[in-house]
Amino acid sequence: MREILELLERDAQLSHDTIATMVGLPVGEVDALIGDWERSGVIRRHKAVVNWEAVEGRDQEVTAFIDVSVAPARGVGFDDVATRISRFDEVRDCYLVSGGHDLRCTIVGRDIRAISDFVSQKLSTIDRVQSTATHFVLATHKRDGDTFAEPEPDHRLPVTP
Amino acid sequence: MKPLNDTITACPPSGIRKFFDIAAEMDDVISLGVGEPDFVTPWRIREAGIYALEHGYTTYTGNSGLAQLRRLICDDLSSRYDAHYAWDSECLITTGVSEGLDLALRVLLNPGEEVIVPEPCYVAYQPCVSFAGGTPVGVATRAEDSFAIDVAAIEAAVTPRTKAILIGSPANPTGAVQPVEVLRDLVRLAERHDLYLVSDEIYDRLTYTGSHTCLGAVPGARERTVVLGGFSKAQAMTGWRVGWLAAPRAIAELCVRVHQYTMLCAPHVSQVAAVEALTSAEGDVTEMVADYDRRRRVFVKGLREIGLECPEPAGAFYAFPSIRSSGLSSEEFAERLLKAESVAVVPGSVFGPSGEGHIRCSYATALPQLEQAVERMGRFLQSL
Repeated sequence: MREILELLERDAQLSHDTIATMVGLPVGEVDALIGDWERSGVIRRHKAVVNWEAVEGRDQEVTAFIDVSVAPARGVGFDDVATRISRFDEVRDCYLVSGGHDLRCTIVGRDIRAISDFVSQKLSTIDRVQSTATHFVLATHKRDGDTFAEPEPDHRLPVTP
Repeated sequence: MKPLNDTITACPPSGIRKFFDIAAEMDDVISLGVGEPDFVTPWRIREAGIYALEHGYTTYTGNSGLAQLRRLICDDLSSRYDAHYAWDSECLITTGVSEGLDLALRVLLNPGEEVIVPEPCYVAYQPCVSFAGGTPVGVATRAEDSFAIDVAAIEAAVTPRTKAILIGSPANPTGAVQPVEVLRDLVRLAERHDLYLVSDEIYDRLTYTGSHTCLGAVPGARERTVVLGGFSKAQAMTGWRVGWLAAPRAIAELCVRVHQYTMLCAPHVSQVAAVEALTSAEGDVTEMVADYDRRRRVFVKGLREIGLECPEPAGAFYAFPSIRSSGLSSEEFAERLLKAESVAVVPGSVFGPSGEGHIRCSYATALPQLEQAVERMGRFLQSL
């Protein structure tokens, strides 16, 4: 039931009862499906999408996208290096991509210096990493399908035909 | 001063207006009284509108509308419903379905001719018949029949002056979708008595159980039917004011004649946006319809749990529960609910006498608000 997963991806707080009504299944079946997905890893975690820029008093973290060129190895291609990079806590995302580079990573650090240190001391020194290109995020407008612009006001009249 | 137009003077203001005035002065109102989507027009359509402005599409179009848009509409009717109309002579772009309705009735009616209107029905149907010089004849449908049209009752209402039958399916306010068998019977009846049919299909894409049948595709209907549709509901484009009318050439040409002297053409920018809606917004429509369906299920279940009998709405985005168990008239119920719990609904009586005992609730509202509205309505019922 892809629809249940889509609903949860949009709003993880929906109750199982509400989801059951929405998709027209018994609540027990919804419980079982979600339980199975949680156990099998289809649902990895239930998360909130937070706009940290809107949180007062919080030290701003710095995000960077880092493109990494890697020499592939016989038998594993890029997988072993990608796995090794993914294990760092600073690495939020790591994709194998087509184009001018091989891996695209999202790195989060407390400041530019921390990211710079990570790239120069951890990432670039991994065997077979040939080069990196770092792009710092200046502002986030949309993430994970959520736009961070102010929600559009409801312009509808309270009662209409 | 000489008296103004008798027909219009005699027409009462919409019963909805009163509730709008009360609700507009209140804070924290959860409105279930809204007859339009809570989605903003999908961005790709809005972007096409911006493009149209940037490129100076600010002029008149031909009276009948952009050829590209008419082609797309006729192709869509043909592929989706097997209803076939010639884009260049049988399709007209109107300023919303409201104008299409007005045009169709003005073209079909001579003074004093009757139009049978199954009700409860959209508030404008009967006044528009009167404004066109006709006489509306309401024929009740019943919640027990899921508000299906009673063809025998309609036949009983036919007189020598009957000229047409006006239906809306899926329906505002009941959410009823007329089964294809009923439509076939209706067409047979129209053939027997040589009547025209006007079919408001603005909610055609919003069906949840079963599927919509375009009246123009029912055998025998095409030559006597005006089909009305538009972009307001499924594409969330109410404010763009763009709709269409499809009818046999003889009727369509006369509709164009009235349109060219009154509206002249539908807004150019809106027509360009509508082209985008038909060419690339199918995914947005599917997503919105799925969302309405989910809310419909939650909302109707909630209404039933607080003790309101609610026929299954199969289309549009309205539930039409019975409030007879409260012992209040629909108007009293709506007014007291608004004042006591700040939930705005529309009394069923404004949609015709057979709407009495019901209220119209729109579920085109965010899910948390729907759930809160149901909670407040439950509290209100307990307080009676």
